[in-house]
Amino acid sequence: LYLLYSILLLIFNLICFILYVCIWFCISRQKQKKLLHTGMSKFTLILTSLNLQVLDKCKIFSSVSLLVFITFSVRSQDIRNTVGNIPMEWYKDYPHIGYDLDGKKLFKPIRNKDELDEFLDKMENPDYWRTVQDKMTGADIRLSDEQVDLVHRLQQGKFGDVNFNEYEPAIDFFSNEVMIHPVTNRPQDKRSFIPSLIEKEKVGKLVHAIKMGWIKPRRPKETTPQYYDLWAKEDPNSILGRHKMHVPAPKMKLPGHEESYNPPPEYLMSEEERLAWEQQDPEDRKLSFLPQKFACLRAVPAYSRFIHERFERCLDLYLCPRQRKMRVNVNPEDLIPKLPKPKDLQPFPTTQSLVYRGHSSLVRSISVSPSGQWLVSGSDDCTVRFWEVSTARCLKTVEVGGAVKGVAWNPNPSICLVAVSYDDTVVLLNPGLGDRLVCTASDQLISSYEEPEEVKDQLVQWAVAEGEGHEQGHRLILKHPKAVRQVTWHGKGDYLACVMPDNGSSLQVVIHQVSKRRTQNPFRKNKGLVQCVSFHPIRPYFFVATQRYVRVYNLIKQELTKKLMANCKWISSMAIHPGGDNVICGSYDCRLAWFDLDLSTKPYKVLRHHKKALRSVAYHRHYPLFASGSDDGSVIVCHGMVYNDLLQNPLIVPVKVLKGHTITHDLGVLDVTFHPTQPWVFSSGSDGTVRLFT
Amino acid sequence: MGGLQKKKYESGSATNYISRNKARKKLSLSLADFRRLCILKGIYPHEPKHKKKVNKGSTAPRTFYLLKDIRFLLHEPIVGKFREYKIFVRKLRKAYGKAEWSGVQRMKENKPAYKLDHIIKERYPTFIDAVRDVDDALSMCFLFSTFARTGKCHVQTIQLCRRLGVEWMNYIIASRSLRKVFLSIKGIYYQAEVLGQTITWIIPYQFAHDHPTDVDYRVMATFTELYTTLLGFVNFRLYQTLNLVYPPKLDGQGEFSLKSECEEDYALESESYSEKLAALSASLARTVPSVEDEEAELDHFPAEGLNTKKKKKKKKKKKNKKLFEGLKFFLNREVPRESLAFVIRCFGGEVSWDKSLCIGSTYDETDETITHHIVDRPTIDKQYINRYYIQPQWVYDCVNGKILLPVEEYFLGVTLPPHLSPFVEESEGDYVPPEKLKLLALQKGEKPPEEDEEEEEEEDDEDDEEEDDQSEDEDEAEDEASLAEMEEKRAQGKSLSVKVTPGKVKPENRMRTEQEEKAEEKRLAIMMMKKREKYLYDKIMFGKKRHVREANKLAAKRKAHDDANKPDKKKKKKKC
Repeated sequence: LYLLYSILLLIFNLICFILYVCIWFCISRQKQKKLLHTGMSKFTLILTSLNLQVLDKCKIFSSVSLLVFITFSVRSQDIRNTVGNIPMEWYKDYPHIGYDLDGKKLFKPIRNKDELDEFLDKMENPDYWRTVQDKMTGADIRLSDEQVDLVHRLQQGKFGDVNFNEYEPAIDFFSNEVMIHPVTNRPQDKRSFIPSLIEKEKVGKLVHAIKMGWIKPRRPKETTPQYYDLWAKEDPNSILGRHKMHVPAPKMKLPGHEESYNPPPEYLMSEEERLAWEQQDPEDRKLSFLPQKFACLRAVPAYSRFIHERFERCLDLYLCPRQRKMRVNVNPEDLIPKLPKPKDLQPFPTTQSLVYRGHSSLVRSISVSPSGQWLVSGSDDCTVRFWEVSTARCLKTVEVGGAVKGVAWNPNPSICLVAVSYDDTVVLLNPGLGDRLVCTASDQLISSYEEPEEVKDQLVQWAVAEGEGHEQGHRLILKHPKAVRQVTWHGKGDYLACVMPDNGSSLQVVIHQVSKRRTQNPFRKNKGLVQCVSFHPIRPYFFVATQRYVRVYNLIKQELTKKLMANCKWISSMAIHPGGDNVICGSYDCRLAWFDLDLSTKPYKVLRHHKKALRSVAYHRHYPLFASGSDDGSVIVCHGMVYNDLLQNPLIVPVKVLKGHTITHDLGVLDVTFHPTQPWVFSSGSDGTVRLFT
Repeated sequence: MGGLQKKKYESGSATNYISRNKARKKLSLSLADFRRLCILKGIYPHEPKHKKKVNKGSTAPRTFYLLKDIRFLLHEPIVGKFREYKIFVRKLRKAYGKAEWSGVQRMKENKPAYKLDHIIKERYPTFIDAVRDVDDALSMCFLFSTFARTGKCHVQTIQLCRRLGVEWMNYIIASRSLRKVFLSIKGIYYQAEVLGQTITWIIPYQFAHDHPTDVDYRVMATFTELYTTLLGFVNFRLYQTLNLVYPPKLDGQGEFSLKSECEEDYALESESYSEKLAALSASLARTVPSVEDEEAELDHFPAEGLNTKKKKKKKKKKKNKKLFEGLKFFLNREVPRESLAFVIRCFGGEVSWDKSLCIGSTYDETDETITHHIVDRPTIDKQYINRYYIQPQWVYDCVNGKILLPVEEYFLGVTLPPHLSPFVEESEGDYVPPEKLKLLALQKGEKPPEEDEEEEEEEDDEDDEEEDDQSEDEDEAEDEASLAEMEEKRAQGKSLSVKVTPGKVKPENRMRTEQEEKAEEKRLAIMMMKKREKYLYDKIMFGKKRHVREANKLAAKRKAHDDANKPDKKKKKKKC
């Protein structure tokens, strides 16, 4: 048995020795570097010491090796669970926890500790914190100090071994030191010393390409542009059509004196001009820079906006739409129409010759007797004055009960009557001027009236003036229902039309017959606010001017013949040419419209020669003249020739601007009339005067 | 009946125009490329007559191009190059991303480039067209040549611009075609007459630029690209017309061979030649050796009377060209060398400067034959007796006046007379500064009158002008007033007529009345004008009146200034 043992030991020791030699060699190679596990090193140490013993005292090896053997076997004798690395909860329902080396069941240790026991254990047992349960055996293990230390080290992320130095200097496996032995003894590949066939093929191809001239060596690139005679063959046919369409960019404006570095002193800006320049928007400025003066050329600084200006020019060149603009190259003199000279159109009134003073307020209306000897004027100071035309003497003043709106001399030379309207009354006056026979005849005409048998209800009350009124010249008094604004006679002198402007009612115009003391209302309907009315000088037509239209009625047929569109906002006055085919309308929006009734219902000509509203217009009875008075204080006399030939249109030429009236209360000339026989014009104004222009 | 229903915006002006964005899409170019293409090809937007119709009813602000123009662009080979370049950039970026440096190298070497020759030919089918349009090109090139060599654009561009500018200036010198020069606060304007075309360009003063941030340099660079090509071809052709060598070579004989010692200090070997060219001090080499009198005199036919006038003009012109002939200038170091050298050489003068100032100086300050020394400082220490020391403005004023002006007013430390713009041509009714009148008188050969007389004259002139203007202005007012006056006279009756002496007043009155009559006639005729004509007439008259007003204002300002300065002058005279 002993022999057997010794043989076994010998074998064992032999193995150990070989092992040792191997390890020792390894250690020597690594220069004592610890590459092995801690446990492994421990084991080797043990083995080393053991084998040293063996080497030194081979005689007593048996006992030592026995000791080693025993310790070895004791270690391996512990209870091993052989189930392997499996989840242990699989055994949770079984009384055993696995199997030992012999295949016998390992029973779970009895655990009858409840929570309370656990707690008491926790409180009382000082080692409780280092007690862990072995999952494999189910037994409680108390960790030793080294183990606890190990756990701590691992938790801190350190190496398990205390002695291991992780920061030792690294030694390159391959270093510059040439070693006598190769690291590997692998023989060299064949390809490492035989030239590559593929490369050879490629090079061969390149060589061939170079030989054939397919590949040329790289030349340095030409960077400077090459110029040549681009226009050597100028072909006029090559000019494209679009070049004809092309609008060349306009050249930049050339600088003026103000841009000079040393400009004349007048081109420099004064202080206030400079301030104004600075406050202007850069786009609105007339000059884009401030003119400056420098004493010498050396003092001139760089212009800070130079690049800006170039850039703006660039933008202009490629962003601005271009357009050929036809410059209006007209001589302004050519625009003025060629009219006959006023000199050749004489006679017409040119100078103011007489001023009729006496009225204390504005003179609304004037009228000249058919003989041309007397002038009557009605004013806002409630008087009517009669003047002798040639001497400007006031012959008679008649006071009436209100501001006089209109006066009209009877155009019949055999009757001497003047119609005067104030408030709602129209009075027929006999001034008693001129031929006594005529005066008495007209008085008789009025007094010879006999009342008809059947008395009708009249629109207007006719009354005969008596007493003081009669002495003053009042003959008939007509009381109207509304304020009367205008009175006008028919050419024969028997009929008298009155205007009572009213928006609502149909009673705006009434026509009186003086000889029969009869009144009629010609219109049933209200067609707008009536401004003025007028009788046709020859034919039985009646003109009614409302705000925007002039209506022409035929009195015999009792129908509307024409409606003239005046193209203006508000008609103020109207006059009818003695021939009867032309009408002029003045309006408050500064226009004078000339209608040719034969041509159209629209104005033949509109004149805008006044600067303010027109108040009145008038035709001369014989001469081809018409005049207009306006709020700007001027009377404009125009030559208005009407030809008998139907093909020729009337010729209208303004011939004279007559000024004299002063403007008071924003009113200028209120009424104009022509002398019946002479080329004279009378005008009455807001300054209380009547003026005669001859 | 029948036929297809007509749809809106499918015919007429709507189909003639195309909006910018649509055009861009049609050409499949990015906006930047489209812009570049438009600049190069000279395509500009158009303003349609009926914007709303073209805009399909919308009133949004849009730029429109003619559809024809865009169609024309479709065939442009440059468009293909643009696309290639776009692809190149993409490939290059990819190679950079992958760090394939050899690939980057290769690609950079094969960078796609384009030439603008055909575009120049197409835009300017004849040479004269190109010369006519060279103004902007010159201004731009001269601006770019003053840029610093770092930063805003490629160094090659700057060098090229400089080279072309120098070539141009050398041509102008060789052809003696400079006409006018103007020192403005912006820069120096030059005007030359090349092949019958007046060309004006501006060169900024020699200072570093502070580059503005709100300027798109890409646009400027594109323009410069076009302009350099244009200018190069124009220069080539111009040199050819004068039998000069292109690229310019200095005339081999004499002068500059002497100065070779100091060249090394000034410039590198490679650059010294171009710098010498830029110095503008030497004449250029010709392909055909020059004959003394180039311009062969025309055969003289004494019978032709008309020719004499032309000949006179020609002679005058010739004389102008040789304005500085025989004069020797020396430039002090503080004056703008290049500009002065250019101008003086253009008019046949000789010019030099200090050796250390610039390359290419031909003689020293000590040269006894120098006639004019140009200095821009109040005093100078060492003065030579036999030469004039004058300020640089003299040269420019002489050029503009076409005569050698008296030098007294331009001596050192003297207050300079105003420098007038030669580009202003006063028409009737414009304000003419008195200095200009003086110059005109000098040109006619009159002697400059004594100062006092002159002033009086000026004043008289001004007074007359003012009177005229006033009379114009007041005409209407007077007419209005006249009626009132007459009325008053009438009211006062005979007492007035007694006092008036008959002889004196009458002739004036007749004139006056005639004038008044005419004025009234005119006024009455104006009343009868049609509305549209009246509007136009009023507008024209308003413009005229404003013109007169401005002229009057300037005259008044000048008068006030002169009045303020008179006492000083008189004092000075007394002192003298």
